Amino acid sequence: MPTYRDEAVVLRTHKLGEADRIVTMLSRHHGKIRAVAKGVRRTGSRFGSRLEPFMVADVQLYVGRSLDIVQQAESLGSYGAEISDDYGSYTAASVMVETADKVTDDDGGGVQQYLLLVGALRSLARREHAPSLTLDSYLLRALSIAGWAPSFGDCAVTGAPGPHSHFVVQLGGMVAADVAPPGSPRVSPEALALLAALLTGDWATADASDERARNQASGIIAAYTQFHLERGLRSLPHVDRQAPSAPTSRRAAAGPAELASEHPPPGVASPTAPASTIQDKPPGGAPHETPTIGAPA
Amino acid sequence: MYDGIIQDLIDEFGRLPGIGPKSAQRIAFHILQTESFDVSRLAQLLTDLREKVRFCQICGNVAEQETCSICRDPRRSPTTICVVEEAKDVVAIERTREFRGLYHVLGGAISPIDGIGPDDLRIAQLLGRLSDGTVTEVIIATDPNLEGEATATYLTRLLVQPNLTVSRLASGLPVGGDLEYADEVTLGRAFEGRRTVER
Repeated sequence: MPTYRDEAVVLRTHKLGEADRIVTMLSRHHGKIRAVAKGVRRTGSRFGSRLEPFMVADVQLYVGRSLDIVQQAESLGSYGAEISDDYGSYTAASVMVETADKVTDDDGGGVQQYLLLVGALRSLARREHAPSLTLDSYLLRALSIAGWAPSFGDCAVTGAPGPHSHFVVQLGGMVAADVAPPGSPRVSPEALALLAALLTGDWATADASDERARNQASGIIAAYTQFHLERGLRSLPHVDRQAPSAPTSRRAAAGPAELASEHPPPGVASPTAPASTIQDKPPGGAPHETPTIGAPA
Repeated sequence: MYDGIIQDLIDEFGRLPGIGPKSAQRIAFHILQTESFDVSRLAQLLTDLREKVRFCQICGNVAEQETCSICRDPRRSPTTICVVEEAKDVVAIERTREFRGLYHVLGGAISPIDGIGPDDLRIAQLLGRLSDGTVTEVIIATDPNLEGEATATYLTRLLVQPNLTVSRLASGLPVGGDLEYADEVTLGRAFEGRRTVER
């Protein structure tokens, strides 16, 4: 029987038939996977809760003709409950998984995207930073991994040393004033510093930024993302940027059983590419390596 | 492939959700071969469904008049509203015979990835029903999945009013199941929502 096993984060699900779901997952080694999870909409399903969006699972799949079939799923990171407990985090995570769905393909090789997404979801679940900052940092890094890294220092056209004040999406980032097209938007120094901090993982700078800089940076990142993805992100207009990022009440009131399953604190992140840090341990397997988008650089 | 009417009928049945080509063919031949099958009644019901059935102007449930039978029932308590995603959920809760209040059907759940935000649901109508102070409790009975939980979180944040209790349906272990087979998320919720036993 042709089966395979991998770690995967669930991006989205679609209802299929009476009680099944089609689950779209981003796996560590097999790229994006679309598989049928049979009977998971029934209340008695043994692994339905592990195949909800934002969950990280160790899955075993049977190779089907068009879609694979999920045979088993063990939870590696249960972030759905914590994320859905805060509306701002939920809308931010929705944009992340939609972006991951669009920047990855089915032929594998998406380890960095997988690690980045898991780290970002974990950071959201733990309320390490404001959800909108985590989202913006994720978008910049996901695009960078996909080959569309923006330039926030030197001019993206001439290479003239920065800082510059004009951002042009079509030209790939900040450009010198003499090559900037007429009408191109000017970026405030505060917003420029925030953009660079989000790209490199300088969370001390990002967390200290003011609301005005965050709004301008978010607008630039949204435009840059949608330009390079060549289509709009349906979830992006629904992002709740005013949502409070206070620690969740449900987690605070959780019983001992839930708290006992909490993961150990993350390690140190690389300032640029998503580095790995030892975290969860799958049953009977090697330690589960995931990056940390939220830890200070 | 068949010719004419039978193929057209198979194609039409095949367009319905959950019915594939084989099932569509089976239904079409059942209608063709079973003489006792009342085709005219089926056709009339399908016509009536489109012409007479609408959504209740108060709660959004399915109705054959401007308001549904539950909203018109004077024996139902007007102080409690149970918020559900779909009209199908009303039927599921009614089967329990435990709830004697009114309902409010949202028409779905917040799902940004599908382009569904709070403005696409009947949330403004819910707030309108709460404005006169008659309702003292709102029970949020959205699905226990990610979208349902996020919708419940959004509503909870929105429904901060004096003298209004907001509650969420409990989730946990299914009746008749074995504890050892429960997944960790469901079991965790069961612990989270545990209650004190009265002695």
